[in-house]
Amino acid sequence: MELSNEDVADILALLDSLPYNEFDLQTPRFRLTLRRVPGGGWTEESQILADPVAIKPAADGAKAGARAGTGGDVGAGEVAGARADAVAAEAAGRGATGTEGERDGLVAVAAPLPGTFYRAPRPGAAPFVEVGDEVGEDTVVAIVETMKLMNSVHAGTRGRVAEICLGNAEPAAQGATLMLIEPPA
Amino acid sequence: MSPRHGFGRILVANRGEIAARVIRTCRRLGIETVLTVSDADAGSRPARLADKTIRIGPAPALASYLDADAVAAAAVAAGADAVHPGYGFLSENPRLARACAAAGVVFIGPAPETLEATGDKLAARELAIAAGLPVLPGAEAEPAGAAGLAARIGYPVLVKAAGGGGGRGLRVVRDPADLAHAVTVASAEAAAAFGDPRVYLERYVSPARHVEVQLLGDGDRVVHLGDRDCSVQRRYQKLIEEAPAPLLGAGLRQRLRAAAVALGERLSYRGAGTVEFLVDPGREAHYFLEVNARIQVEHPVTEAVTGLDIVAEQIAIAEGRPLRIRQEDVTFSGHAIECRINAEDPAAGFLPSPGTITNAVFPAGVRVDTHVQAGSAVPPHYDSLLAKIIAHGPDRAAAIGRLAGALGQCVIDGVATNLGMHRALLASEEFAAGGVDTRYLERVLDGESAAAVLENYGAGRG
Repeated sequence: MELSNEDVADILALLDSLPYNEFDLQTPRFRLTLRRVPGGGWTEESQILADPVAIKPAADGAKAGARAGTGGDVGAGEVAGARADAVAAEAAGRGATGTEGERDGLVAVAAPLPGTFYRAPRPGAAPFVEVGDEVGEDTVVAIVETMKLMNSVHAGTRGRVAEICLGNAEPAAQGATLMLIEPPA
Repeated sequence: MSPRHGFGRILVANRGEIAARVIRTCRRLGIETVLTVSDADAGSRPARLADKTIRIGPAPALASYLDADAVAAAAVAAGADAVHPGYGFLSENPRLARACAAAGVVFIGPAPETLEATGDKLAARELAIAAGLPVLPGAEAEPAGAAGLAARIGYPVLVKAAGGGGGRGLRVVRDPADLAHAVTVASAEAAAAFGDPRVYLERYVSPARHVEVQLLGDGDRVVHLGDRDCSVQRRYQKLIEEAPAPLLGAGLRQRLRAAAVALGERLSYRGAGTVEFLVDPGREAHYFLEVNARIQVEHPVTEAVTGLDIVAEQIAIAEGRPLRIRQEDVTFSGHAIECRINAEDPAAGFLPSPGTITNAVFPAGVRVDTHVQAGSAVPPHYDSLLAKIIAHGPDRAAAIGRLAGALGQCVIDGVATNLGMHRALLASEEFAAGGVDTRYLERVLDGESAAAVLENYGAGRG
């Protein structure tokens, strides 16, 4: 169980009249720490310690059944789901690797934030750059989507795109090498 | 059916603070919860709060929380009587509603037909007109006829995507020379983002306020739970919400509420929903914007002033009960304000800040809806909302005072947050006066007062 807001309010009402400044309660399932704030009031830190209880996910058969149940109305969502599954599986292999850094005089374009790497401004649009394209420092070469926000990634250096290191829609760790740029000789 | 003739087990098909919020009410009602989790959320605080969890896919939302078939299959595998979709993700998706029905599981939300009508902004606009609601001058825009239409509406005009919503797919056009290009680009973007190239033009009103009305319906009767003001926004994302909307004339407030109920009745609305309006404060006029056919992020301020539990009402309605509340039973007490604490860094252009929470201290004695505790991961795959802090007081000034005090006690370490920005806004005279418009926050961030706000950012970062 977890204490409800009402339980905490009751404890606070009790504590207010007592000469204590800190209340710490720990059970195998949770920990609650209340601290008196100088000048009035209390702060609360709570931690649920209980491990989640995972039940067996839908078997393939059950999933197929539910899909059949929706009749012909599958399509886009299902395809998208399968695609993202494949992307994630691939990413486990190489998407989350760290910085490769410079290689043979090539300059790495690093992910400014952890997120999802996109090569084009929107689905179906032409990629920002291809291997062999000339770029300037301010050329937008990709987008990294983090927490539903699209962040433009600039080349950061003048040169030619030598390699694009991640596939479209793959996850990128912070600082991961997205592309390699070959500076002019 | 159990003795209480209600749901014995609910699949909570969401994540984050709303998952924890729904679980709390289910626990109070004695309903078992099974929470859907992606691989990124398997050890989250909501996963620990739920009675059980069920995996629905890898971290990317497209392969997990947005996969309607995976959610319906999880409901079946979990033996759930019903699915609560929260907000965002699939909450307004008619496919999930239909997949649930096909699997013999109740979808806690409106009928699929209602979701289809409200999800299409042009169709919703037509319904609003039919129900007698004022809408902004405008119509669907064909590239050929756009110039004439815009001239009739009057500049500036707003180009909107029919399949958009929640602030997505909007652009303002001030110069007739820019119109054709804007319509073409908006249409292409809408086709790519929403699978629907239709765009429409509406008059752009500024200054404007964002005021909305909370509804509950049982498919037969509709009641309102009052209004909320959500004008403190950045790029159409709400940051502070309050109930009731401040400095609204009694006549205008009554017209807004009556308009929302009229639209709800027209839709034979079933469940909890919100009708959003744009209010032109100069003209004391209101215009229909859209219907959000789900629970909203800002629902706690309404709960604070009405004393109702909107999630409990959603569940009761989905169980097939008639509304338990008559309009005359809905009473309003005091004023409530909510701040959305996001993992983003206002000092760095609101850059998102995923990471791991190392310390989370919240004020006791006010309502805090959160999904984080020390050790929680804030994954990069989902939105940046960490917590909502809600203060209630006998009047607006008291609520602001309590909220400011509560924010002062709040410490979140490990990721950057906008706590400092909220502290600065609550201390600003313009916010204290009430009735700010939707560009207030951007003016503060761009303008002379930005320096003062930025000074306070240091306190909110950690």
